[in-house]
Amino acid sequence: MPKPESNLRNMFLALTLIAMLMSGALSFVYLKTKDLIARTDQVKREKAIREAIPPFDSLAVIKEPVSEGDTLTASLGFAEDTLTGIVVETYTTKGFSGLIKFVVGFTPDGRINNLTGFAHKETPGLGTKMSEPKFRNQFLGKNPETFKLKVKKDGGDVDAISAATITSRAVCDGISKAWVVFGKIRKGLQSHEVDSVSAATHTGEMTKQ
Amino acid sequence: MSKLSYFTNGLLKENPTFVIVLGTCPTLAVTTSAFNGIGMGLATTFVLTSSNLLISLLRNLIPDKVRIPSFIVIIATFVTIVDLVMKAFVPDLYQALGIFIPLIVVNCIIMGRAEAFAQKNTPVPAILDGLGMGVGFTVALTLLASIREILGNGSIFNIKLVSESASTILIFILAPGAFITYGYMVALVNIIKKKLSL
Repeated sequence: MPKPESNLRNMFLALTLIAMLMSGALSFVYLKTKDLIARTDQVKREKAIREAIPPFDSLAVIKEPVSEGDTLTASLGFAEDTLTGIVVETYTTKGFSGLIKFVVGFTPDGRINNLTGFAHKETPGLGTKMSEPKFRNQFLGKNPETFKLKVKKDGGDVDAISAATITSRAVCDGISKAWVVFGKIRKGLQSHEVDSVSAATHTGEMTKQ
Repeated sequence: MSKLSYFTNGLLKENPTFVIVLGTCPTLAVTTSAFNGIGMGLATTFVLTSSNLLISLLRNLIPDKVRIPSFIVIIATFVTIVDLVMKAFVPDLYQALGIFIPLIVVNCIIMGRAEAFAQKNTPVPAILDGLGMGVGFTVALTLLASIREILGNGSIFNIKLVSESASTILIFILAPGAFITYGYMVALVNIIKKKLSL
């Protein structure tokens, strides 16, 4: 059976039917994998939070705005009623390939404890180096009050990734956002006369580990 | 056993990587570790075999003038399916191969076989060709990646073969090393084919 003639009707029908067939197949696979993917993402998120701050046995989750209409999720880690650290799930849209999401863990004294949970579409071998020790480690133990979160080229203290300045700038942007939220939470905790635990539960939910 | 030759063709005689030299972009980019090489090869084999089969089944329904867009829609859908399935079932491998999975769509081996073979043959040869080319590609990737990983990282499949402080020939992990290894392998395969009179 030879190929059908390439007239408008045949071309229209062939393309439409193929598009419908393939969309159907894709929707089917999407539905079947949706829950598994969501669960994997949840496990990744929990791991990122756990590795961001010193060990804790309970977590209080609150949402804190950075600016107009921009809210980040923060988690306060408590070990037996003492605050061990504050985790902020931050993001930036200034990545080379758009959205970069990651997690910043602060110790209560305002120093960055760890950067975890990187999710992005940056260029392999360049922007992807953001999660490697060479770039990441320079932030650990630093307090953004004294450590300027801009790349050296922009007058700051951050050593950018070679040939990946845009990605480096974007990561600084994300950490700065997290720092703003950290500051607001710390102020909120200090202004409450009661202890930190009830202050946190006042503003959000408490989950036991 | 001429049916079998559809399969074995892609292994050596018309190996997509070393003989036809198609899909060089992902080949050079992904072969930094043997694990990545095998993973990418298997994912591509699935897409190649599926698209070959579907295109062969639909070959008499697609008008000639719209064949390329039709192939692309079919191939892109299978790649997205692989993407979702990998994300759901093997998240660690998915993390490693990250940006390369969507690039399978533009892997010329798949378009090449769709155009040169699948649309002109019945389903069974199409499946065998897809499998053969896919396995040939996977073997090629794994071979290249193993050489580059051993020389450039002192390991194979992430198992360290030398001590931590040993120095390795780093260039093999980088782009120039990819080209060097590829070139020598093509030359080697040419010699082997000549010796076997293929």
